[in-house]
Amino acid sequence: MASTTEPLPLQASHSGTQRPRPWLEAGWGWRAGAALIAICVAAPVATLVWLAGMGDAGHWSHLIRYVLPEALTNTILLLAGVGVLVASLGTGAAWLVTAYTFPTSRILSWALLLPLAVPTYIVAFAYLDVLHPIGPVQSLIRNLLGYASPRDFRLPDLRSMTGAIFLLGFVLYPYVYLSTRVMFATQAANLIEAGRILGLSSRGVFLRVALPLARPAIIVGLSLALLETLNDIGASEFLGVQTLTVSIYSTWITRSDLAGAAQIALAMLGLVVVLIMAERRGRRRQRYSNTQRMRPMQARRLEGGPALLAMALGWLPIVVGFVVPVMYLASETAKHLHLTGGVSEQLWQSGLNTVRISLLATIVVVLCGLIVTWAARGARPGRPARIAGLCARASTMGYALPGTVLAIALLTPINGLDHALSWLRQSLTGMSPGLILMGSSTALIAAYTIRFLAISIGSLESGLARIPPSLEQASRLLGESPTGTFRRVHLPLLRPAIGASALLVFVDTMKELPATLLLRPVNFDTLATWLYAEAARGTYEEGAVAALAIVLAGLLPVILLARHQLKSGH
Amino acid sequence: MQPLLSVSHISLAYDTPEGRQEIVTDFSMALEKGHIGCLLGASGCGKTTILRAIAGFEPLQAGEIRLGTALLSSSGFLVEPEHRNVGMMFQDYALFPHLTVEKNIAFGLRRRDRREQEHRVRQLLELVGLETVAKRYPHELSGGQQQRVALARALAPEPDLLLLDEPFSNLDIDTRERLAFEVRDILKETGHTALLVTHNQAEAFAIADRIGVMRHGAIVQWDTPYGLHNHPANEFVADFVRREALMAQRAQAYLRGEGS
Repeated sequence: MASTTEPLPLQASHSGTQRPRPWLEAGWGWRAGAALIAICVAAPVATLVWLAGMGDAGHWSHLIRYVLPEALTNTILLLAGVGVLVASLGTGAAWLVTAYTFPTSRILSWALLLPLAVPTYIVAFAYLDVLHPIGPVQSLIRNLLGYASPRDFRLPDLRSMTGAIFLLGFVLYPYVYLSTRVMFATQAANLIEAGRILGLSSRGVFLRVALPLARPAIIVGLSLALLETLNDIGASEFLGVQTLTVSIYSTWITRSDLAGAAQIALAMLGLVVVLIMAERRGRRRQRYSNTQRMRPMQARRLEGGPALLAMALGWLPIVVGFVVPVMYLASETAKHLHLTGGVSEQLWQSGLNTVRISLLATIVVVLCGLIVTWAARGARPGRPARIAGLCARASTMGYALPGTVLAIALLTPINGLDHALSWLRQSLTGMSPGLILMGSSTALIAAYTIRFLAISIGSLESGLARIPPSLEQASRLLGESPTGTFRRVHLPLLRPAIGASALLVFVDTMKELPATLLLRPVNFDTLATWLYAEAARGTYEEGAVAALAIVLAGLLPVILLARHQLKSGH
Repeated sequence: MQPLLSVSHISLAYDTPEGRQEIVTDFSMALEKGHIGCLLGASGCGKTTILRAIAGFEPLQAGEIRLGTALLSSSGFLVEPEHRNVGMMFQDYALFPHLTVEKNIAFGLRRRDRREQEHRVRQLLELVGLETVAKRYPHELSGGQQQRVALARALAPEPDLLLLDEPFSNLDIDTRERLAFEVRDILKETGHTALLVTHNQAEAFAIADRIGVMRHGAIVQWDTPYGLHNHPANEFVADFVRREALMAQRAQAYLRGEGS
C-alpha cells in the first residue's frame, strides 16, 4: 500500500494499486504438519553430528590416519576431474546449439539431455563390459591391428580414477548443459551483439562475453552434478575408486562400525555444505542478471566442413553417455531373453518391489510436499511467515544429502524407535514381534521422502504461485471452508504440478541405489540393488535387463524436461 | 431505520517488515438495505482494505462491522468469510479456470439439492444473458462475459450484501459504461444491497445511490451523486469530482479521435 499521507495523485492511476495480500492462513493442523515434516527432515543431520561425537577418540585417530586421507583425496580428485569435464562438456554443448545452426542442431538441443536417464552406476556397469579386454571394442581393435590375444595389446584399464572421471562426466554434463543453455538462449543476445560490434571474433565473444555471463549458471549446474558425484556409490566401487561414499558403506557393512561411518559421513557433509553454498551463490547471481530484457540470440548458420565438425562434437557426448550404454544393454537383454526365454523369478520380484516401493514413496513425498507448501502460503508476515519459511527450507534440505550419509543418519533413530516399539509390544502383549520398522520398508520410505521432498516442494510451490489469491477468497465467500477450498479449487488446478512431481519422484526412487543398499530389509531387492549385486559378483547375467528397465523409466522425466525446454525455447 | 451494513470506528493496519503500518483509522459508514453504495478515491486511500475487512479477509484493530444486527468483525473477533453470507465480485473476476460457466455459478450452491441448483443456475444465466455459453470455460469468454459470470456467481447463493472491487477496471471504456448500467439494473431488479469500490468517478456516478469520496482512509463526503456534484462539501471533493469529469471528457474525446 502506498503511504496514505502522500498528496493525491493527479491521475488516479490503476496500476499504482498493489495487490492486496491474501491473509488467508492455513489452519493450525496444516502448520503443525509442516513443522513435523521439517523436524523429521532435519533430525537425521542432528543425529549424525551427535553420533560422530559418540565414537571414542581412538576411532577418530584410526580414521584420520588410515581411512580419511585416501578417501578424501580420492573424492576431491574425482570431484575436480568430473567438475572440469562436466563444465567443459556442458557449456561447450550449450554454446554449440545456441550460437550455431547446422544439420540436426534442433534435435541435439534436446537429445543432449538423454544421458540424464542413465544413472552413474549403470554407465559404469555397461562400460566395464563393453571395454573389457575380451569385450567387443578391444577385440575389434585387436583384429584391426592384427594382434592375437589380450596379452599382446590392451587399452588402459577402465578401473581407475581416470575411467571414473570419464564415465561420470559423460552422464552428468546435462546438469551444466541445462542451466547454461537456458542462460545463453534468453540472456546473451544483446551483450553478444555488442561484443560483435566492438570487433570481437566469435571465439572472443565466447571467451570474453558469453563465458563470464554464464558463470553463475555453470556453477549452479556444476554443483548439482558434483552432488550427484558425491552421492554415487556404484560407479566408484565398480571402478575401484575408494571414495568417501564407498568408505562409509564398507565401514558400516563390513566392519559394523556405525560411529566410524558417521564420522566419515560428517566429513562428507562438509563437502556438501561447500557445494550448496556455491549453488546458492550462483542462483542469486543468476537472478541479478535476469533483470535484463530477454531476447534469444541469432544463431549463425554453419555449412560444409564446420557443420560436420559441429555435428561430430555435438553428438559425441550423447553417443558416449547414452547411445553406447543403451545399445549394449538392449543387445545384452535381447541375447539373454533369447537364450533363457524369460527372466528369473527373483528379477520379477525385484521389479515388483521397485514399482511398489517407488509408488508408495511417491505418494508420501507428494502428500508431504502438499502439506508443506500449503502451510507456507498465506502465512501472515512477521513471525508466522518466518516460521513457515523455515519449515519449507528445512524440508528441502535433503536433496543435498548423499544417500549413504542419509542412511547412516537414519539408522540410529529408526533402530531406537524400533526397539522402543518392540519393547512396548512385548510388555503389552507378551509377544516379541521383532523389529518392525527395519524389517518393513519404513526406513526406506523415510529416506526417499527426505531425499526427494525438495522435488515435489519445488514443483508444487511454483504451481501454487500461479494460482491467484482471489480464487481462494472467492471460494471462501461462496461458503466453502479452507479445506474445501483446497479440495475444490487448488487440488484440481495443481494437478499438472502434482503429476510432474510424482513422475520425477517415482523415477528418482526407482534409480536410487546408495540409501537403498543400506536401509533395505533383508532379502529385499530393487532393480538397482539387484544390478549392484550382479556387478559385485561379476556375474552380469540379468543385470542388463534390470539396467535397461531403469534407463527406460528414466527416459520419462527427460522427455518431460525436453518438451518443457522446447516450449520455453520458442 | 436500522442500516443493513454498519461499519463503526474501524482501524486497519498491516504488519510489514518495517513494523505496523496504519491504513485506515477510525472509519465509519452505513448502508441501507437495497441501496448501492460506493467508496470513491484514488489508489492507496484504503478503500480496498475496507472492502476486504467487510469480506472477512482483514482483522480489525479497533471498531466493529455489523450486518443487520449480527456482529461480523471487531477487534480480536472475526466471522470467517464463508459464514458471512457476503458476496464479492473481484477485480480479476477470480473465475475458476477449471470449471465451466455453469459450474462456476453453482460453486456456492453445494448445500442445495441438484434440482434446486440447476434451477438457480438457469435463472442466473438468464438474468445476465449468458444462456448460450453455459458449457464454456472462462478463458473462452470475452472480458464482458467473464464479468457477468462473476456477477452471477456472486449472486447465486443470495448474499445479504454484495461487494464489488473495481469491477470494471479490466474492460475497455465503452463496455465499461454499458456494463455499469447493466449491473445497476440487475442489482436494482433483484433488490440487492451492494458496496462498490472504485477510483473511477464515471463508474461511481453510473451505479451508486450513495457515494463516499475518500481521502487518507476517511470519508470526506457521503452523499448522492447529485449532492456531490452540486454541493461539494469542500475544495477537495469539488476538485476531485471536477478533475475526474474533465479527464473522462478528454479521454472520450481522444478515443473519438478529436484530441491529440
